[in-house]
Amino acid sequence: MPHTHTQDTLVGLFVATGIASLFFLGLQVSNLSSLSHGDTYEITARFSNSGGLKVKSSVSAAGVKIGSVKAITFDPKTYESVVKMDIDAQYKTLPDDSSASVYTAGLLGEQYVSLDGGGSSEFLKNGSKIEITNSALVLEKALGQFLFKSAEEKKATPVDDKKGKK
Amino acid sequence: MEFFRYLGASTRAGFTKLGRASYFLIEILSGLGSVIVRPRLLLKQLHSVGVLSFLIIVISGLFVGMVLGLQGFYILSRFGAEETLGVMVAASLVRELGPVVAALLFAGRAGSALTAEIGLMKATEQLSGMEMMAIDPIKRIISPRFLAGFLSMPLLAALFSAVGIIGGQLVGSGLLGVDDGAYWSQMQATLDFKHDIINGVVKSVVFGFVTSWIALFEGYDAIPTAEGVSRATTRTVVNSAFSILGLDFILTALMFGEH
Repeated sequence: MPHTHTQDTLVGLFVATGIASLFFLGLQVSNLSSLSHGDTYEITARFSNSGGLKVKSSVSAAGVKIGSVKAITFDPKTYESVVKMDIDAQYKTLPDDSSASVYTAGLLGEQYVSLDGGGSSEFLKNGSKIEITNSALVLEKALGQFLFKSAEEKKATPVDDKKGKK
Repeated sequence: MEFFRYLGASTRAGFTKLGRASYFLIEILSGLGSVIVRPRLLLKQLHSVGVLSFLIIVISGLFVGMVLGLQGFYILSRFGAEETLGVMVAASLVRELGPVVAALLFAGRAGSALTAEIGLMKATEQLSGMEMMAIDPIKRIISPRFLAGFLSMPLLAALFSAVGIIGGQLVGSGLLGVDDGAYWSQMQATLDFKHDIINGVVKSVVFGFVTSWIALFEGYDAIPTAEGVSRATTRTVVNSAFSILGLDFILTALMFGEH
């Protein structure tokens, strides 16, 4: 079979489509396009419980993503979870008395760190520590407390009923 | 007693074959240098291996994606999580189905054709004829085909995944009423470029390597008769399927193990 221009064109088209679909997977399907390659600065927050937070979980302020979690370590002295976060350098006017909370997106969604601005005129900078933190809500704990409470109430009421009958 | 004799003989034959295949692989790889000097040979093989597999990959990818959309929707809607349909379709395609199904189709479409072609060349003594003319058949015939298969496979797998995701979106938001924005945004938020896409591409590269190797070796090693070539073609498809699925398990355990 002799080489033809059509064959060359078809091979060219094939390779181009293949590479285009790789780009499609990279840009449209995965998070490559949303990764900012710009400068970041690092802040640290200590939580008594960071729940299901993971490295690369997002850090948001007012619902907008401004950074990501870089590392989570356990401090064996204070029994706290130390969360290091990279914040995009363009957001450099966050008050240094901002508070950090671990929230869940939706009822069963991923956990993320939310920064709520404070009133200080000093700003967070590289290496800053966030003093005010709210731990993750652990569902089992909350359910356990709720069940325990309702069991207590139930225990209390039947006794009253018996007394009332007698 | 006869059974043990048979067992021993077939085990030994298996190892001998593996040895021949490994030696063959080294010869192919050392012949790759001469392919780069003659890109025309490679171009022709890219046409017969890649371009001719294009249609089956696109159509299968579209239907696999559409079926994933349907099945995923029925399950996810039981939990009220229809919005995560995009994540489910994309993750299963990019991580598993794209590389694996594309490789199985590739083995059936291109691998069997390669084996039959090489086997027939051997049966009609074309390969010996080339050797008589001092042309190395490995460099001239085998290596270009190997490189073409190796290069086409990741492209075909990426194409399969991309078309499948679009198929899932067609069914999900077109037919079943999943929100279009949620389909894409949840997908982008969950899938990681390095962890998901690159690992999928690595898988398809490995499958392309193994499938091309098996197809070419079986053709080159075929008994040069009509029956021998037909058996070799069957073995190509069977062995490729086994290796793809077995390797997929190992690769998945390595890549996605700790997450």
